[in-house]
Amino acid sequence: MTALPKKTAQKLGLVIDLDTCVGCHACVVSCKEWNTGGYPAPLSDEDAYGAEPVGAWLNRVHSFEVTAPDAAARIVHFPKSCLHCDNAPCVTVCPTGSSYKREEDGIVLVDEDLCIGCGLCAWACPYGAREMDPVDGVMKKCTLCVDRIYNDNLAEEDREPACVRACPTRARHFGDLNDPDSAVSKLVADRGGYDLMPEQGTKPVNQYLPPRPRDADSTRTPRLDPIDGDATPDGILGWLDRALERLG
Amino acid sequence: MHPALSIILFTTLSGLGFGLLAWLGTSSASPDVRPAATIGAFVLASAGLVASTFHLGHPERAWRALSQWRSSWLSREGVMAMLTLGTVMAWWLSGFSQWLGALLALFALSTVYTTAMIYAQMRSVRQWETALTPAVFLLLALAGGGLLFLFAAATNSGAGVGMGSIVLILIVAAWIVKFAWWRRADGDIEISATRSATGLGIGGEVRLFESPHTGTNYLLREMGFRVGRKHARTLRRIAVFAGGVVPAAGVILALAFDELALFVLAPAIVVHLLGVLAERWLFFAEARHAVMSYYAGAARA
Repeated sequence: MTALPKKTAQKLGLVIDLDTCVGCHACVVSCKEWNTGGYPAPLSDEDAYGAEPVGAWLNRVHSFEVTAPDAAARIVHFPKSCLHCDNAPCVTVCPTGSSYKREEDGIVLVDEDLCIGCGLCAWACPYGAREMDPVDGVMKKCTLCVDRIYNDNLAEEDREPACVRACPTRARHFGDLNDPDSAVSKLVADRGGYDLMPEQGTKPVNQYLPPRPRDADSTRTPRLDPIDGDATPDGILGWLDRALERLG
Repeated sequence: MHPALSIILFTTLSGLGFGLLAWLGTSSASPDVRPAATIGAFVLASAGLVASTFHLGHPERAWRALSQWRSSWLSREGVMAMLTLGTVMAWWLSGFSQWLGALLALFALSTVYTTAMIYAQMRSVRQWETALTPAVFLLLALAGGGLLFLFAAATNSGAGVGMGSIVLILIVAAWIVKFAWWRRADGDIEISATRSATGLGIGGEVRLFESPHTGTNYLLREMGFRVGRKHARTLRRIAVFAGGVVPAAGVILALAFDELALFVLAPAIVVHLLGVLAERWLFFAEARHAVMSYYAGAARA
């Protein structure tokens, strides 16, 4: 059914820290690698080894230059994948019922056996989270690695989305945003996590943590006070210290 | 937005067909030409439907699109189109009963409305998200269907001055509403900009420094269409002239000179079709999708 659930028991999603992301694209590659090899059909490419490769990817990292009027420009790397919106417009436009939002955990999925590949869901998504598979002719999107997070065959530490597992700077966090005591919810509360495009009314589950403000002085290395400046060393240095003291 | 030929043909042709069905269903004029005109309308409407399946990744699964009418406008469109085509057959078998004809007209116009609502519901494309969108679709379908109806009637005894005047009014009304649509689209409508898209740059500038991919992708192909925007003004003039001025002049001439009606209306219909095709092409080509704000400032976008 393409009607949205009134509420979901959990709101599984990602919290992405724009302060720590270094734009290495490890999450992008890891996502592609997992999703092309696992459930369901491969995530295809066209002309993969040719001059103009094009393919479906579920996670992309944009890099923005942000220039505030009274500060130097800074680069912010910006990973973007499906935000698993509470009010997902991509789900309600689907004519076949292949797009749906799960009542138990809020994950938005596509049943690829029902999809007719009309592309309307990709049009309805303001974030560009859905991409058509060029070979299969069905819509592909982030599954929040639904085949990892509940997978008993994996070691416990691997039961999180591939992008989160791959991130070397821990800029990506996975958890239940419906639970105010979860680590991700606390992170959002502490750091002022926000919605993308709130004016679209999509109520995204994924949250973004803003880059921390930089000091005006941050380009200067702060002067460090000498450690233990007045203490008297012992051993040979102590002897030297005393000898020099006497001479001085 | 990428102007897919299949969708442009579908909305234009099926609009004409359903528009003509609305006229045939409600008018008692020229019963002799009814069967032929009904077949014509049926073919136009179904040709449009068939064309619309060409852009699908899995056309063989198209029947599944009838299932989600409770939430999806695209599904409602499919259901209404099937209902309308079914009603055409029932109407024919009933010997063109009056109340089935009225029902047919209602269904035909509802189908056009559901088509327009697929676009008008979309907040990701703010230019489309207005009640003016279904108004334009409905008026153009009624105007085009009306032209076809006048032509069909002219092969027999003619539709009369009253019918001709209504078609004339509809043509003019369609383009007045389209002007309002263009005015709104060109105006200061709130489009999700890079700042709200990223949440960055409070009090500053945000621009794309590095694209997430070196080549193109599905999003840029579908949503990043820009070709032809520089010709938009010219194309708009062509659309108004071919879709409005020429057919309006045709109707006036046909009303003034009965014996010329067929010879004036036939080219007027063809030119009107070309005008609506240009209008529909612009409808897609000029539309700006919210996702492009993630590519703002990049050379490729």
